[in-house]
Amino acid sequence: MAAPVKSTVDTAMSSVQNLTIGKALNLGLRRAMEADSKVIVMGEDVGKLGGVFRITDGLQKDFGEHRVLDTPLAESGIIGTAVGLAVRGFRPVCEIQFEGFIFPGFDQISSQLAKLHYRTQGKVKVPVVIRVPYGGGIGAVEHHSESPESLFAHTPGLRVVSCSNPVDAYWMLQQAITCDDPVLFFEPKRLYHSGALKAAVDTTATPEPLFASRVLRQGGVDAAATLVTYGPSVKVCLDAATAAAEEGKSLEVIDLRTLSPLDLEPVFESVRRTGRLVAVSEASSESSLTSEIAARVQQECFYSLEAPVLRVTGFDTPYPPSKLEEHFLPDLDRVLHAVDRALAW
Amino acid sequence: MPSPEQWTRPEPGAGPAATAAEPTPEQVIAGLRATTEGGAELTQLLTPEGERIPSAMFDPYVTDVDAEALRGLYRDMVLVRRADREANAMQRQGQLGIWVPLLGQEAAQVGSGRALQARDMAFPSYREHGVAYTRGVDFRELLGIFRCTDHGGWDFQRHGFHPYTIVIGNQVLNAAGYAMGQKFEGKVGDDDNAEATICYFGDGATSQGDVHEGFVWAAVYDAPLVFFCQNNQWAISEPTERQSRLPLYQRARGYGFPGLRVDGNDVLGCLAVTRWALDECRRGNGPVLIEAFTYRMDAHTTTDDPSRYRLSDELEVWKHKDPIERVRVHLARSGGADQTFFDDVDAEADRFAAELRDFCFNMPDPPPERLFENVYSEPSPVLDAQREEYLSYLAGFGAGEH
Ligand SMILES: Cc1ncc(C[n+]2csc(CCOP(=O)(O)OP(=O)(O)O)c2C)c(N)n1
Ligand SMILES: [Mg+2]
Repeated sequence: MAAPVKSTVDTAMSSVQNLTIGKALNLGLRRAMEADSKVIVMGEDVGKLGGVFRITDGLQKDFGEHRVLDTPLAESGIIGTAVGLAVRGFRPVCEIQFEGFIFPGFDQISSQLAKLHYRTQGKVKVPVVIRVPYGGGIGAVEHHSESPESLFAHTPGLRVVSCSNPVDAYWMLQQAITCDDPVLFFEPKRLYHSGALKAAVDTTATPEPLFASRVLRQGGVDAAATLVTYGPSVKVCLDAATAAAEEGKSLEVIDLRTLSPLDLEPVFESVRRTGRLVAVSEASSESSLTSEIAARVQQECFYSLEAPVLRVTGFDTPYPPSKLEEHFLPDLDRVLHAVDRALAW
Repeated sequence: MPSPEQWTRPEPGAGPAATAAEPTPEQVIAGLRATTEGGAELTQLLTPEGERIPSAMFDPYVTDVDAEALRGLYRDMVLVRRADREANAMQRQGQLGIWVPLLGQEAAQVGSGRALQARDMAFPSYREHGVAYTRGVDFRELLGIFRCTDHGGWDFQRHGFHPYTIVIGNQVLNAAGYAMGQKFEGKVGDDDNAEATICYFGDGATSQGDVHEGFVWAAVYDAPLVFFCQNNQWAISEPTERQSRLPLYQRARGYGFPGLRVDGNDVLGCLAVTRWALDECRRGNGPVLIEAFTYRMDAHTTTDDPSRYRLSDELEVWKHKDPIERVRVHLARSGGADQTFFDDVDAEADRFAAELRDFCFNMPDPPPERLFENVYSEPSPVLDAQREEYLSYLAGFGAGEH
């Protein structure tokens, strides 16, 4: 009788952990700080409190107050000093408490962070990461639910990414920190602590490249349409694809992951097969990332399109009082409605 | 009024500064003392024990405050606190999305708010429910922001009370501009129509560029603006020492205008000092910075957990400096009020809270078309189209399409 096979995975030592997005970001930060003593975390309430979302929980205790800085309350100060620290050889990871509070720092981002490398013929590198919790659906007051990512994607010199799941959260954050360019790292705040999204993060795996989009759901040969999205709307689109499948409609879902530079090749490839594209984002549509996607897809896939590229986005209004946000935010029904319109074209 | 500089750390010339992150034990103790005691320059007219302290400079500003007026201030503070506690409870019960408590800051808000004249203007941040009350804004009108049905909708002009501002520091520049306008329109001078503006912000806000720029602008244009900083010792989890080496009121000197510190838990002191400051501004001697030294007795908001970053001992110390209790003691001891009065105020506060509660529970949700309104001063064809499309989409659900 063969002896029972002893599991080679010792759970305490396991390289696989079941994590939420929030915990994965925390672990990613921890790993980055362990790997490079020049990595420092700075922002409002990131120390003792661990940030208002607890993403930096425990880091100050373990790495000290020199590496986890509770800064004075000023975003221009946080980002402006991060630029200087980067020039000095540090790799600052700034936390902006909520996306709506990044604007006092916009001048530093646009004038210095984005341009120093270019202005100095590449002599000065500014490897700064700015973590930005963004998006709605948390029932908050003003300035706590917005999606300003297009403003940054529109700014040459910045790289902009957004994660949608714990595995990406863990790896993309570390990759962003090792990137020599400034990276705006947009985090889908309403999914931070979602138990439903918990996933096994293998910390010994080889991560996918940072600046690459990913097909999350293949539609097969009879795929009816492609959904392209990022961040908090990825879950909405995956749910919509599941619902559509129950009605016999097969949808492809692509998570952009990188918003600047855009990696649209997988989108083109998909649209050439499906002929229909719905782009989904919580941001307002006018002059946005979804506008850019629509423009590029019609340029690259003109003869394959069976319908115009449709968009499901926030409206072109300021973010509303949150009692109205269910109307503002793209949801499963609005996505499927757009798919139906594309199919009926 | 020039004030000698008080350095919390280090003394000028005392060698290299300790790094901000690693205070010496002496500095820790000094810091602790600085956060519970206001220092020698603190203006105080009513001690925590309810004792009236004379002040040659500020007594003239409260000669009209007799027992009846003091009972009025007491009543204001009790009502405001009761409404604040009710709102906090309603958040716990799911009726509000969030609440920003003012517990402990009643005297700073009622005292400064009652110093304003009808024609003056106030620019709040987001915690100034007590100031709103003194400006005649019904507490019920504040609830929409926290129930997330609107972004605030009181009659700003009629009440002389600007919309709440959540982005830290923004309103300080706006207030400076408003006060510049008062000056440009000849409303500064000795006549009875002279106007002033007051702007509220916190200790944390003093680090924002907007606040520093507000200081510069108001100073350069001699704007009739009272900067009213409520130093409640905390900016969420960060103590005031994270923002400044100097006591905040002493910063004014660098910008070229007077700054002073008042006991923010002393309603009479706040009233007197703010009246003085507004008078200075109306007469063309503005701006003025007032630091109201107070304490945030509750969490930052209902989503915050202060046990993660501060000791409850601190709260216990500040409880002895309660803004309401000292007025009660003073009134009782001086014969300014009897038990019937206190009981009546409590009963009134209960009714006030019950009305608020009743109102809150019955607040309707806004209709979806509200989303598209007032983005611009004129109708927008783009938004009209988005609204029509969305409403007909919604109507499709009613018709059972989905
Ligand atoms: C520009 C900006 N950054 C960050 C925040 C998040 N935030 C809200 S309140 C607060 C602390 C404010 O402290 P303080 O100025 O002392 O006012 P208090 O809340 O104590 O009344 C912070 C960081 C914000 N609202 N705006
Ligand atoms: Mg404060």
